[in-house]
Amino acid sequence: MKTRIVLLGCLSVMTLLSVQGLANNGDSSAIRRTAADPGNAGLKLPAGFKATAIAENLGAARHIAVTPLGDVYVKIQTSKPGKAIAVIHGKDIKTFGTYRGTGMVIKDKYLYASSDEEVYRYALNDKFEVINPDQPEKIVTGLINRHQHESKSLTLDNEGNIYVNIGAYSNSCQVQDRAKGSKGIEGCPIRDSAAGIWQFRADKQNQTYGDGTRYATGLRNVVGLDWNTQDNQLFVMQHGRDGLFDMFPEYYSLQQGNELPAECMYALKKGDDAGWPYIYYDGQQHKKILAPEYGGDGKKTGGENAIDPVVAFPAHMAPNGLLFYTGSQFPAKYKNGAFIAFHGSWNRQKGQKGYFVAFVPFKDGKPSGEWEIFADDFAGVPDIQSPGQAKHRPCGLAQGPDGSLYVTDDVKGTVYKITYSGK
Amino acid sequence: MKKIILTGVVLSTTLSFLSAQTKKPNAGSAAARGKKVYEQYCLTCHQVDGSGVPHLNPPLIKTSFVLGDKPTLIQVILKGMQSSVPIDDEYYSNNMPPHNFLKDQEIADVLTYVRNNFGNKASAVTAAEVKAVRAKN
Repeated sequence: MKTRIVLLGCLSVMTLLSVQGLANNGDSSAIRRTAADPGNAGLKLPAGFKATAIAENLGAARHIAVTPLGDVYVKIQTSKPGKAIAVIHGKDIKTFGTYRGTGMVIKDKYLYASSDEEVYRYALNDKFEVINPDQPEKIVTGLINRHQHESKSLTLDNEGNIYVNIGAYSNSCQVQDRAKGSKGIEGCPIRDSAAGIWQFRADKQNQTYGDGTRYATGLRNVVGLDWNTQDNQLFVMQHGRDGLFDMFPEYYSLQQGNELPAECMYALKKGDDAGWPYIYYDGQQHKKILAPEYGGDGKKTGGENAIDPVVAFPAHMAPNGLLFYTGSQFPAKYKNGAFIAFHGSWNRQKGQKGYFVAFVPFKDGKPSGEWEIFADDFAGVPDIQSPGQAKHRPCGLAQGPDGSLYVTDDVKGTVYKITYSGK
Repeated sequence: MKKIILTGVVLSTTLSFLSAQTKKPNAGSAAARGKKVYEQYCLTCHQVDGSGVPHLNPPLIKTSFVLGDKPTLIQVILKGMQSSVPIDDEYYSNNMPPHNFLKDQEIADVLTYVRNNFGNKASAVTAAEVKAVRAKN
């Protein structure tokens, strides 16, 4: 009986596969079953590295912070009461807080967390435990959230300042967002309250726009950012714009739409402008190109006053985490280099890209070599076609006190711990 | 037991029928035309398998909008959809732009295609239905 049903099932699946029709859920799950690799929690790593899953099924695990004693705090993107932040202490996992959001950083004796509109901080005791989970101080309030690019990612410097991403609630500041033929707005007003990094004091309550400084502008959306202590400088990863081929097939081929613009790492100074929405960075021509909504054609350059990236990665891979590695556990080449968690693309066609953690070596605060894939196979699917097929998507990064690297996954809520033993 | 076999047979017949539709669409058929419109205007966001992008772009697989009231669905194509509107209790971050530049027949074709692919099974949408909704705007 079972055989017959299975046979019928197989026949219909085969019929579906034999046509050049669209892939459906049925066949993508069939691919998933064959891809599982139980070693290293399913990840592919360089020789000598090991990965273990220290937590699973936390929900949409976004950014992550590890205390000097090895406890792990994970921001969960959920509005379920009491589930906003997970605390992993060995095998024991507790949660607290009720707000969606992404940001999670520990600095000195405070845990900083963000909702999509606010920044909170929690005082920590001598064991780096949150003293009062129900009553954080509200540091920043009233930040704009129009759903698109809503993550308020965080990092801090060593002078008591906190840096908050406020993403543009738009793809390219068109009169009508993402509409074919809609022009870019001159003097894009989104930049007044978003599309940049704002600086606030880390210890002052209830700050909002007027109390902070627009530290850098022209950044479409930054999810991964980190303070580089060697340079004493803020580094960010921008999510580049979408839709060059979809909206402007007269200037861009499907292939160019897939490969443009670069996902950029910027080293920021106060007052910098990265150029969004007027320009984008073309990683193939190595030029700042005028956005087609503002009169560009894929060739005209622009943004004379806009900064250049320090690293240009392939397009659309969605960098969600950035970490400068200062530990000593990993081999010397990793010291002071940058890890980037690429959440994985959706806006390529005929195959997606990303779904890995990359590494860029640094020397004296500057990139000193080509970027490479460090941890791969998060998706668990060869030749991924749509992000819904991904079993896991890397998002947040943190360094443990022993120099281990932690990576979150916001599909199932796995937390990976990556260690190096040389074996 | 018999019921299971029957369900299996019905299922596979339905699937074969559906796949036959995508397999050899007459060049001028609604399915073929709808697929073409889908690939040109919808696929990037809603994906090759209609699964959308988690948290960003809604799936088209058995959602209440896709399978539900036709005028409401037609209106989504004509006017687009704001990210502040939930779909089956989920929020999606990206706005959908209006696609009112598409002809009545193109909208009918693509909606018919979407309502009969990606695991969906719902009645066809006609150009006359699109025209009626457009006239009210």
